Amino acid sequence: MALRIDFSHPLRAYDARVELTVERGETVALVGPSGAGKTTTLRVVAGLMRPHRGVVTVDGTTWFDSAAGIDLPPEQRRVGYLFQEYALFPHLDVSQNVRFGAPRGAPVAELLERFRISALAGARVRELSGGERQRVALARALARRPETLLLDEPLSALDAHTKASVRSELHQLLRELGLPTILVTHDFEDAAALADRIGVLVDGCVVQEGTAADLVSRPLDAFVASLTGASLLHGTARANGSGLTEVVLDDGRTAWSTHTASGRVGLVIYPWEVTLGREVTDDSSMNHFAGVVTSIVPVGNRARVRVGDIVAEIAAVSLDRLGLREGDTIVTSFKATAARLVPLA
Amino acid sequence: MSALGTEAAKDALIVTLKTNAVSMALILVFGTPAAYWIATRTSRLRDAVVTLVELPLVLPPAVAGIGLLAAFGRLGLLGGTIEALGIDIAFTQIAVVLAVTFVASPFYVRTAVAAFEAIDPTLPAAARTLGAGPGRVFARVALPLAAGGLGAGAALAFARGIGEFGATIMFAGSLQGTTQTLSLAIYEQFDLDFDVALAISAVLVVISGAVLLSVKLLTRWRSGSTSPIPFAPTTPASS
Repeated sequence: MALRIDFSHPLRAYDARVELTVERGETVALVGPSGAGKTTTLRVVAGLMRPHRGVVTVDGTTWFDSAAGIDLPPEQRRVGYLFQEYALFPHLDVSQNVRFGAPRGAPVAELLERFRISALAGARVRELSGGERQRVALARALARRPETLLLDEPLSALDAHTKASVRSELHQLLRELGLPTILVTHDFEDAAALADRIGVLVDGCVVQEGTAADLVSRPLDAFVASLTGASLLHGTARANGSGLTEVVLDDGRTAWSTHTASGRVGLVIYPWEVTLGREVTDDSSMNHFAGVVTSIVPVGNRARVRVGDIVAEIAAVSLDRLGLREGDTIVTSFKATAARLVPLA
Repeated sequence: MSALGTEAAKDALIVTLKTNAVSMALILVFGTPAAYWIATRTSRLRDAVVTLVELPLVLPPAVAGIGLLAAFGRLGLLGGTIEALGIDIAFTQIAVVLAVTFVASPFYVRTAVAAFEAIDPTLPAAARTLGAGPGRVFARVALPLAAGGLGAGAALAFARGIGEFGATIMFAGSLQGTTQTLSLAIYEQFDLDFDVALAISAVLVVISGAVLLSVKLLTRWRSGSTSPIPFAPTTPASS
């Protein structure tokens, strides 16, 4: 049951051109800045938007084909569409919401049970918490027995506390359902946690597609690198006789990289590859930059420390040991192998 | 109070209620789908339709009456056709109904358009993806969500219809027991028996007050209970 999409449609500033195949049981995440065409893709699949040109098929059944003049209305396409903010019907209670799209004899009670909302069956939508709304919306979408699942920012309406548990539940659910699923998000971490493959959508085009690990280790351009959480420094690269690439950064500092490139480049450094020290240590790192700590954000047992334009992720224990505070001057170090180079447009 | 017992007052009350009931039914049955159609379109045709619907709002009532006479009167544009069917409209209760419908309908349609437009567009979209065709989306999603606004619009149209004067007297005349509504009766009794005019006026004040109160209550009930959607304004908004 594969979902195949290939369409083009003029948007405000550019043409969206998306070509994507999602296999049965596979989840593909579309990430990218807002206005890049992520939601447009979902709307095209659901039939809520008619693209200029293109084809949408699910398991060989054509839902849309501009050349053949086929355009099934949304109600005839079996999609489970989870809207951003969930779009629950405010005038109906929880069970009426779930029942809305259910065919006659559908096991609605079972669905309510499965999503732990049986006790809320008679509740109005406005009385629900964010996590409960999300479960109601999922139950409602699944009651329709969809052939494909479209999730638009399913976690963005949740607070940080609920998000982690809802995310793991959602992951489990996607695995059990085995439907071709498209997940739209602007959060790379959510995409990495939920999706088998990630497509980076910029200005209406998929600029890079691969697993989360692919995107992190080989970002094709500066945007993909920054999306994955890396620090990005701009500079000019030239090969050095020793087999290293010398990068003169725009602010005059010099960095060394084992990656080869020349001309204008982005120097990509991942937070977990940066170490912090009070002094320049005599270790294997080739790059040492001193800077002022501008922010320290604890994330569980780790902390994200921003030093100038470089972000380092270190253990909370190390933070205590260094006695680090905002405003301190500190040295960031990273190896030449960790200094990835991407061409700048 | 006893002044209300006069034949003229009683007849006027009956004529008013009868004609307004029919008018309201017509306005609701045709106005609701028209408002929904307008609210869900963005074409140029929509602008034309909106202008047409709002025309009676800015037209002087006397002009509206003349217009109706010109269209439906015996010598009017459609008069011949209608007369051929054996129906004479001018100066009958049908004429009152037409005049009231013509003048009061924009009040309902404008408010109804605003109410339909205030619905979060993802809700009908969600309903479509859940298998509901356009008809079911209208009945199960749009109507209930706009209900408060529709009620408020209906109340405003009713208030306008009850007080209708100019178009009615031009097109339907003021024949006691047939076309003389409360407003027309006040005008006539003003010369004949001032007490009766005063009594009928009091009745209209009570009706108007009740209508206004019900609009307010409808507004509060809607915005306070089921819907997070900003409530459609009770005064006609730009559409």
